[in-house]
Amino acid sequence: MTELTALTIAEARKGLRAKQFTARELAEAFNAAAAASAPLNAYSALTPEKALEMADAADARLAAGDAPDMCGIPLGIKDLFCTEGVPSQAASGILENFLPTYESTITSKLWEQGAVMLGKLNMDEFAMGSSNETSVYGPAVSPWRRAGSNTALTPGGSSGGSAAAVSASICMAATGTDTGGSIRQPAAFTGIVGLKPTYGRCSRWGVVAFASSLDQAGPMTRTVRDAAIMLGAMAGHDPKDSTSADIAVPDFEAALTGDIRGKRIGIPREYRVEGMSEEIDRLWREGAEKLRDAGAEIVDISLPHTKYALPAYYIIAPAEASSNLARYDGVRYGHRAKLGHGDGILDLYEKSRAEGFGREVQRRVMIGAYVLSSGFYDAYYLKAQKVRTLIKRDFDAAFDAGIDAILTPATPSAAFGIGEMADADPVQMYLNDVFTVTVNLAGLPGISVPAGLNADGLPLGLQLIGRPWGEAELITVAGALEAAENFTAKPERWW
Amino acid sequence: MAIDRDTARKVAHLARIRVDEAGLDALAAELSGILGFVEELDELDVTGVEPMTSVTPMALKRRADVVTEGENAARILANAPDAREGFFAVPKVVE
Repeated sequence: MTELTALTIAEARKGLRAKQFTARELAEAFNAAAAASAPLNAYSALTPEKALEMADAADARLAAGDAPDMCGIPLGIKDLFCTEGVPSQAASGILENFLPTYESTITSKLWEQGAVMLGKLNMDEFAMGSSNETSVYGPAVSPWRRAGSNTALTPGGSSGGSAAAVSASICMAATGTDTGGSIRQPAAFTGIVGLKPTYGRCSRWGVVAFASSLDQAGPMTRTVRDAAIMLGAMAGHDPKDSTSADIAVPDFEAALTGDIRGKRIGIPREYRVEGMSEEIDRLWREGAEKLRDAGAEIVDISLPHTKYALPAYYIIAPAEASSNLARYDGVRYGHRAKLGHGDGILDLYEKSRAEGFGREVQRRVMIGAYVLSSGFYDAYYLKAQKVRTLIKRDFDAAFDAGIDAILTPATPSAAFGIGEMADADPVQMYLNDVFTVTVNLAGLPGISVPAGLNADGLPLGLQLIGRPWGEAELITVAGALEAAENFTAKPERWW
Repeated sequence: MAIDRDTARKVAHLARIRVDEAGLDALAAELSGILGFVEELDELDVTGVEPMTSVTPMALKRRADVVTEGENAARILANAPDAREGFFAVPKVVE
């Protein structure tokens, strides 16, 4: 039998129901793998006892024949999700010692289905970053290395711990969140599948807010089928999140028909950005050819406002962040600075926030405060919101013209080394999101599918973008792409 | 637009983040860099374009105006750095 930690959700579901192994055995195998993974720094907190308790409960349900799809499946949870009684600090110093007294809607749904929590996963502070290097826990490390090199690479970000953990087989799947590419970019960097659903598909309640109009949680898994299964468990209306959509959740797994004959796949010319490497360009071209071989029609399309997405994003996201992060004031929870004699309430706020927030978070909160400030609101924020309308219209026009899905690269490059961007200007790091950020601005579903290795043996991914609420159709195309790519590479264990 | 020292100080204050005088020049340079990047939008004419306020066209749901959860003071105060007698404690606010 395959090693338990190598199983996909679909394989584990089958094995559990067939009594080939128990949920407890699965949990024990993953607890051991997670405990032995310290060099990856993927977990910010381990919950091995909780995992065994939850696994025993899952075994009881399996024995009783009441086992939903996720029953007994061991998961890692991004630190952005509030989990009752388990440290949840969004990888920020300002939430040190924070123990939620409530459970996020998404994790509640997963636990109700019998999923098992292995622990919390590292990430960029407040999900602001593309390399996991802004984390108060220190960077998560990719299990992947360049051929013949020991250089520590980033698993991407912000869901870097999630990506590292899934690709290193120290959890079976993980939750991620995606505000500008934070599920899809790390998934591409680590050779796994990452799905950002349509804005409103999953509840944001209990997920620490970054930019409320862009944030959306989704699954990070080894296969498209696993993403379909897990999304089904995470999705659905929640009265506690007024932006979660009250529409039916389809059977996403049933969409994996393998049949994409006649589907029209758009190739947006504006995504062929200046300085794009030949290997990314080839990956993209070959991906399109494979979809054509599977019966799809490949259509050149134009999304003319693409180049304005990143600047618009870097106004809107910091503006919303500056508002959301105003709650960290040293009064109700988290870090409070030690005050000097005569210090007042303003000193309390300013000192607590200066000590508790890392540099990138401070930078974005200040940019947000600036673009929202009196006299600048129209020039920056309002203008960016208008640009957002134009970007959404580009996608609407493509879908109205009969395009079923759009194929693009997931990232402009393979994973880079930890610290390699340390001296770069912050904008250089922001360019990582160039292919993913449009999707958040337009609220669309997007999925990153592993599509090959570069010359150094590092994974590269392709992104598929779907219509609003079209996750099922997107999964159909992603499943066909996955089958055609047949990506089977795994990182060699060195940790 | 380039941010100068005084604007950087003002922005830090608006954000309620203490930045000492020695850090203002570096902060001003960083903020200027980011603002320079986003000013690419200036080349775009957005006359007559409606700003996006909601990415998915839907009416926000309403609910009955009743107490759904309450009597949770202990849970709400559980994570406070300083809570006393059922209240959050802060330094003196009014002189």
